[in-house]
Amino acid sequence: MSVSAPDGAKLQLEPVIGLEIHVQLLTQTKMFCSCALSFGEPPNTRTCPVCLGLPGSLPVVNERAIHFGLMIGMALGSELAPRSIFHRKNYFYPDLPKGYQISQYDEPLCLGGDLDGVRIHRVHLEEDAAKLTHAGATGRIQGSSRSVVDFNRGGTPLAEIVTEPDIRTAEQASDWLKLLRATLRRLGVSNVNMDEGSLRCDANISVRPVGTTTLGTKTELKNMNSFRFIERGINAEIARQRALIEAGEAVVQETLHFDPTTEQITSLRSKEEAHDYRYFPDPDLIPVAITPEMLEAARAAMPELPAARAERFERELGLTGDSAHQLAFRGELGDFFEAGLPHTGHAQQLATWVTGELVRHLGDADPASSPLRPDGMAALVELVAARKVTQTAAKDVLAELVANGGSPEEVIAARGLGAIDDSDQLAGIVAAAIAGNTDAAEKIRAGNRKAIGAIIGQVMRQTNGRADGGEITRLVLEQLGLDG
Amino acid sequence: MTDPTGLSALDASRLIEAGELDPTDLFDAYRERAATDELNAFTWVADAAPPSVSGTALGGVPLGVKDLFCTEGVPSQAGSRILEGYRPPYTASVVARLAAAGAPLLGKTNQDEFAMGSSNENSAFGPVLNPWDHGRVPGGSSGGSAAAVAAGLVPWALGTDTGGSIRQPASLCGIVGLKPTYGAVSRYGMIAFASSLDQAGPFGRDVTDTALLFRHMVGDRDSCDSTSVTYPAKVELPRARRLDGIRLGVPAELSGDGIEPGVLAAFEATLDLARSLGASVDACRLPHAPHALSAYYVIAPAECSSNLARFDGVRFGMRAPESTDLISMYTRTRHDGFGPEVKRRIMLGTYALSSGYYDAFYGRAQRVRTKISDDFRAVFDDFDFVVTPTSPAVAFELGAKTGDPLSMYLNDVCTVPMSLAGIPAISIPNGLARPPAGGSELPTGFQIAGPAFSENRILDAAYALERELAFDSSRVRP
Amino acid sequence: MIDREDVLHVARLARLELSEDEVIQMTGELAKVLEHIARIGELDLDGVPPTSHVVELTNALRPDVPRPSLDPEVALASAPAVADGGFAVPSPQA
Ligand SMILES: [Mg+2]
Ligand SMILES: [Zn+2]
Repeated sequence: MSVSAPDGAKLQLEPVIGLEIHVQLLTQTKMFCSCALSFGEPPNTRTCPVCLGLPGSLPVVNERAIHFGLMIGMALGSELAPRSIFHRKNYFYPDLPKGYQISQYDEPLCLGGDLDGVRIHRVHLEEDAAKLTHAGATGRIQGSSRSVVDFNRGGTPLAEIVTEPDIRTAEQASDWLKLLRATLRRLGVSNVNMDEGSLRCDANISVRPVGTTTLGTKTELKNMNSFRFIERGINAEIARQRALIEAGEAVVQETLHFDPTTEQITSLRSKEEAHDYRYFPDPDLIPVAITPEMLEAARAAMPELPAARAERFERELGLTGDSAHQLAFRGELGDFFEAGLPHTGHAQQLATWVTGELVRHLGDADPASSPLRPDGMAALVELVAARKVTQTAAKDVLAELVANGGSPEEVIAARGLGAIDDSDQLAGIVAAAIAGNTDAAEKIRAGNRKAIGAIIGQVMRQTNGRADGGEITRLVLEQLGLDG
Repeated sequence: MTDPTGLSALDASRLIEAGELDPTDLFDAYRERAATDELNAFTWVADAAPPSVSGTALGGVPLGVKDLFCTEGVPSQAGSRILEGYRPPYTASVVARLAAAGAPLLGKTNQDEFAMGSSNENSAFGPVLNPWDHGRVPGGSSGGSAAAVAAGLVPWALGTDTGGSIRQPASLCGIVGLKPTYGAVSRYGMIAFASSLDQAGPFGRDVTDTALLFRHMVGDRDSCDSTSVTYPAKVELPRARRLDGIRLGVPAELSGDGIEPGVLAAFEATLDLARSLGASVDACRLPHAPHALSAYYVIAPAECSSNLARFDGVRFGMRAPESTDLISMYTRTRHDGFGPEVKRRIMLGTYALSSGYYDAFYGRAQRVRTKISDDFRAVFDDFDFVVTPTSPAVAFELGAKTGDPLSMYLNDVCTVPMSLAGIPAISIPNGLARPPAGGSELPTGFQIAGPAFSENRILDAAYALERELAFDSSRVRP
Repeated sequence: MIDREDVLHVARLARLELSEDEVIQMTGELAKVLEHIARIGELDLDGVPPTSHVVELTNALRPDVPRPSLDPEVALASAPAVADGGFAVPSPQA
């Protein structure tokens, strides 16, 4: 394909990205057998004739996996197929006990759909592979002579979600995946945790001249296991394809692996012949025909989804778009926020505290599992709003509440963190601070209002943050004879 | 009672119930017979009677079980070297169901490797000999079960039928074999050959024993087998003495070319007998039957190529000792572990499913299958049963067809259409016929096929004919 | 219609080692069988749906209720090679 611009100017190339996401479903049992799902048990303690692929064993579809699949389809606005079937995808690998993976092929459970402007191609159900550990005598990974298979994970239900190539940047891919994760977490169908492998993402990437609509040759970038690596990997692959095309070379359709430590992209193509999976309908299984009862059960189980929730937070509570999204896309924050809401009239402030200072303490942890109670968080917001405690001191109060629980009033009383509400006392401290910072005072008089920071800082130090910043500013300006 | 092995299974179970026969004595008598097996019919024989069979419906009439049924802790090798010595950790549903009904496991019977064959010469554990002539094959793939029942080494046995693997050996050994409606008997624990065709079924010395065993194989659907169904009726012991009003259809496509003259003559004589019992006999058409064998030899190998992928040397069975890298572990294990016929079918099936050939082979074969089902449905609008010779030939000599796979496949020409349609069919002994090249007379079989779940009616018709045919097989039961 | 290259390709897909003699024999035998099978190509099957199941059932679903798994010793009992509580295989990366 010739892509050089006629005048030799640098061609504008646009990335075209589609995602293939595998999500482990949070059922009690595996996709096709009654073994409980495994969460770090000793190897091969969650197996049976079916998930070991022993001769004579047969698969039977897990009802709840279908239920979760329908919920995912509903959340993504998919068309739910009245009839879907399972195929066999045939290939040999030690982590694949039967020599084929049972997966849906041309008649999947869900077709089409849309999430936040990215179209969904399909959602289908399949079974996960087992865990293959490469551990030679030397313990080295590369070149180890022996591998060991643990079938605990083998047969875990997976939903595979495939998007249309509607994504244009690595950042968009990462943001969209976060929305998908929030949505699935809200559905309660998966832990959707990239570290644990319950959320996995591959990307199909191509580039094309801006303004054209035909797709370039795509590559498939495999198994990027964090949001950061997704962005870096996609960007690295886009850069690689750009360089190839600008050098007049062709992109080869292949499967690639991104190594996050070296940021190198390597081809996964084996020396063996190209795969020929010989898909055919699994004769051990019969079609899934969605009944009105199954649809009703899925519909009844549908929670409010993140996008709708964010919209409601904005519309009903007047939150900023940013706060609304942060709360809605991390559903557990939204839940905490909503639990605290009856205890304060300051919704936006509560949202700001939850998504800001609280997240700073908790990171990715669920606030429901911290000693801080939602009504305590709300009470603290009320105290700040009533100027009973300063922003600065309130942060200390919150730290104490997150660590040890209790009520904010108790913490404030016990640690003397209440705001200085004696104006005369504060005026005296301010006067002393001005006297000790004559340089700053001169600058302020000369019109450099930024210089006030030094004086405020000193007052704050003097009062251990118990003074209100606005009040200090007012007093400084007043004492310097300037108006606010 | 001196020798209880002369009793039918039904009589034995009645005597046990009446307290006139000790089930342990019965088991031990058969155990001794099986231990002197000269036919190579058994690959394993129990060394003691099971502890308790009292209170069960059948009372403890021992059962022969084709090797490919998994039996916990007991070798289950499917006639294959790749499973030599394999003892599964679980028991096939139908074997468990029969044990609970009072038919304990006497022994595992030899078979063609993974049920692929029509002569039992494809077993890694050696061929099975026909009790009527030790120089001839017993048929296959369930040849060990058929030979053991015919020779009185066991009162009855389980087999599996994918394209004729119960009916054809029943025919060649002079006993009764029933291939049930697809889905009637659970496949859980049956080592799969072709999943959409495989059906377990009973072998008996007579129709009544066959019905009795079948009664205890079916019932509520097995929740471990997605394709199993609840049997819609109680299986009755047959009682019919006449065939009044029964309309028999004889498909021209399956009763002319390629049938040995002696087999054909015996078949036609039985049609006359049926008329004399009140049946009408008329020609019917199965226009797509001539393509059944082709469709079968696409579908069955395709499914087998995938079903046998799990034999990879990782979790069970043999692994080639010189395996140092992954690919050679697979390729050498499968080279050494599988016999020639299994390899041939894996190759054929892999080819038929491979990119570029799927539509021409697998896709078309599945459509032919639809047409064959439609053919039968149309015939059953006008007929109660379709009848044919079971096998086009009497038992052939060991080694006679091993060099020519295609001629071996043609043994299944009369049995494969019913398998593709998933309908039930029985083979009953139909007297003896002389082989074309001469020699002593050998058994032939008469096949009766009916619509899905018509086993009770089939068994009744078979019983009425059996009474009149009065086939005597006692001379092969010493 | 099937040639040596096809046979070698299919054998690779099926993970079957074939000796030189077996390749020659297999090519001949498969050609003969395929020739017979290819007769289904003569049939007019336009508009005929495929049958993958003779039983017209749907929804053999299983309740999502765990049942005991095998003891790991039992699971591993028939394995040709065992290491570290798992099934040992030659490394795919070796
Ligand atoms: Mg997948
Ligand atoms: Zn399992």
